Amino acid sequence: MANFFSDNKDLQFQLKHPLMRKIVELKERGFAEKDLYDHAPQDFEDAMDSYRRVLEITGEVCGDVIAPNAEEVDHEGPRVVNDHVEYASGTVRNLKAIVDAGLGGLTLPRKYDGLNFPLICFVMANEMVARADASFENIWGLQDCAETLNEFASEELKQKYLPLVSAGATCAMDLTEPDAGSDLGAVMLKATWSEEKQTWLLNGVKRFITNGDGDISLVLARTEEGTTDARGLSMLVYDKRDGGVKVRRIENKLGIKGSPTCELVFTNAPAQLVGDRKMGLIKYVMSLMNAARLGIGAQSVGTCEAAYREALKYAHEREQFGKPIIRFAAVSEMLSNMKAKLQGVRALLYETARFVEVYKQYTHISHERSLEAEERQEMKFYNRLADGFTPLVKLFSSEYANQLAYDAIQIHGGSGFMKDYPCERLYRDARIMNIYEGTSQLQVVAAINAVTKGTFMEQIERYAAAEYTETMQPIVAKLKELTAKFTEMVDHVEAGEKEVGGFKDFHARRLVETAGHIIITYLLAREAGECEDYAAPACVFCKLAEGKVNEAYTYTMHSTTEDVALFKGVEAEC
Amino acid sequence: MKENLKIVVLAKQVPDTRNVGKDAMTPEGTVNRSALPAIFNPEDLNALEAALSLKDRVAGATVHVLTMGPQRAADIIRDAMFRGADGGYLLSGREFAGSDTLATSYALSCALKKINPDLIIAGRQAIDGDTAQVGPQVAEKLGLPQVTYAEEITEIKTNTLIVKRRLEHGTEVVECPIPAVITVNASAAECRPRNAKRVMTYKCALAKSEIAADPESAAAKRVAAKPALQIIEWAAAEVDPDPEQLGLQGSPTKVKKIENVVFQAKEAKKLTSADNDIEALMVELIASHTLG
Repeated sequence: MANFFSDNKDLQFQLKHPLMRKIVELKERGFAEKDLYDHAPQDFEDAMDSYRRVLEITGEVCGDVIAPNAEEVDHEGPRVVNDHVEYASGTVRNLKAIVDAGLGGLTLPRKYDGLNFPLICFVMANEMVARADASFENIWGLQDCAETLNEFASEELKQKYLPLVSAGATCAMDLTEPDAGSDLGAVMLKATWSEEKQTWLLNGVKRFITNGDGDISLVLARTEEGTTDARGLSMLVYDKRDGGVKVRRIENKLGIKGSPTCELVFTNAPAQLVGDRKMGLIKYVMSLMNAARLGIGAQSVGTCEAAYREALKYAHEREQFGKPIIRFAAVSEMLSNMKAKLQGVRALLYETARFVEVYKQYTHISHERSLEAEERQEMKFYNRLADGFTPLVKLFSSEYANQLAYDAIQIHGGSGFMKDYPCERLYRDARIMNIYEGTSQLQVVAAINAVTKGTFMEQIERYAAAEYTETMQPIVAKLKELTAKFTEMVDHVEAGEKEVGGFKDFHARRLVETAGHIIITYLLAREAGECEDYAAPACVFCKLAEGKVNEAYTYTMHSTTEDVALFKGVEAEC
Repeated sequence: MKENLKIVVLAKQVPDTRNVGKDAMTPEGTVNRSALPAIFNPEDLNALEAALSLKDRVAGATVHVLTMGPQRAADIIRDAMFRGADGGYLLSGREFAGSDTLATSYALSCALKKINPDLIIAGRQAIDGDTAQVGPQVAEKLGLPQVTYAEEITEIKTNTLIVKRRLEHGTEVVECPIPAVITVNASAAECRPRNAKRVMTYKCALAKSEIAADPESAAAKRVAAKPALQIIEWAAAEVDPDPEQLGLQGSPTKVKKIENVVFQAKEAKKLTSADNDIEALMVELIASHTLG
């Protein structure tokens, strides 16, 4: 009888953000469909009421079905039977519950049988599913592949595939190959046009494909014979019912064991082109990846939530020296820090989702009509923020998922090291989150431009210019101090980079994380103005941020350009 | 199976007695309804699932929920519609107040005569009264065959159903002609979740008295524009009853005394992990039919 939405005030708070009004108006195009569909909202209040109700259903399915199945799914895992994936029985039950609850196609337009909900709701649903079972979030969360089809595919393809997703079909994105991981430009899977069959045929191997035997797969393939780089790659869509793809094996992983990670062999598998040829990696995968990174952000925050709750519960239950261990300063400090990180990174997740949402909606509207000058400007504004914040949220949330899972085990002590408590699963599941969809190191590469081109600083100035309550004033003062240090660091690094190339790369992570710590503290301080529950986490996070920023500041400001060579020295080792 | 199979599920809104806090009982020993959330009686949800799974299998079948209760009992009709029911009937009025199981089954049977369904499915019992009498009494009053403790409707034949019953020491499979009354056990399939689109479509469904209570509300206006959203509501007079058999005066059950049962520590037994202690416990549990 658990409900992962009703029991989470923080999620409910995020749903009430003032920008929701704009988001709903954009998503509903001024409620143009209110008389066309029985389930379309009449106005803003009606829409919000529907979101809450559907999120409650999602929370119930997560609490009553998916979470109780998680341990069994982790132990049983999927199998390969006759070249196809057979999910763990708990996964099958999860999928049925999700389909019965009608949660497929959450964000897709109503004309494709979707619910036309804002991305925010999808992110919340993802987060709750991940809290219940991170491995199932992989399978369910991949429905955002349909968003890529919705944005770039022809009407014919949309009509074919999107209603399937709304009805519960699962998706996969087939990008990685044995020799093309982070470097997707090296993808070799071949797509050749068959005049005879009037279709593209796929041949080759993909590896590490999450839910690789899903109903619908987006495949990155080389359509331009003789090319070797990103410009020869296109995006194609493959329907499992057409056949031609075999699952050679499922990886035996450390965590997210319920999610089948497949090696696929394509033999003349028919597929259709999505959008334009040669734009596969350059345009479509980039869009897909940004959505997926936000998805991992949600998965990570859900994992943080689960880890915090497990730790808190155990700290109350476990007694030593005649009292519950939560009453020991060492334990309560850990828990306070966990809570501050959880709420801080959640604030960052939904701030990012709002930026992405507004920008994406304008993109969709721009396909229907030409945008007004003001709208175009707004779209650009949010696009820039979304591009900077997406890798930031992926970086912070996935690292925090690992830290919180680690701390959850620490609080459980010896019992946490045994397989008797869920925290050991959380610890294993979290480990992939700062690796896949781009490692933390690659998120830094994606976010560093937002440092050097000023996106983060401009946004920090906007936060600084906002109003804060009396209790938050010391924090705001502290943040101004930290921001001044951030500026010094950026100047120092840019000056060094002019002297010796590589100096910026060397300090990139410190710079990006400094911006992140300042931004998250501002977000919590802002939330504290609306709800005093956030005052304590804001104060706690500010202390963490101060420590982290000062550490990065000391390291960076004491670093000279000679460090580049110093750290490259290891290359000569063998 | 006959075309347009008409199924009615009997359901009750009950106080959630599963997670009771300190204030669950009044000092007088009655249920403190305001302290406990009102929910869909759990086994009635199993009954609803049994009906919906028949609807999935029999083309043209319809499922309606019948409940007797105050205006707020319309909540469980909406809940049933969110899960797949086509609609519902609310039997509501002061005349029904104070009904015991006899008066309740009489009132329900009057409404059922008016609806004239092919199949009636009910939960085994409600968690507030735990009598398990209403379903069987309805069957008696309507002169219909009944199958109790049903776990699964395994097969649908031309004019009969094959039903698996859960008994104390195993299962029994019976064949039953329709019309009939089936009462469903908690061990049957759990009810499917509420469906997102159905929730958005039917959240405005209202019963007559709810509309009358706030005719200017957005939901009431939507019902006016779309009559399909109206939940059928009947007062006592509309189901043509003998007034003598309704409510308190139709209820022979009188509560004589209520006692709080407090488990004392002296009822507890301490066992060691020695084999003979465990052996003795097993013998005792089997003898008392707790096990086996």
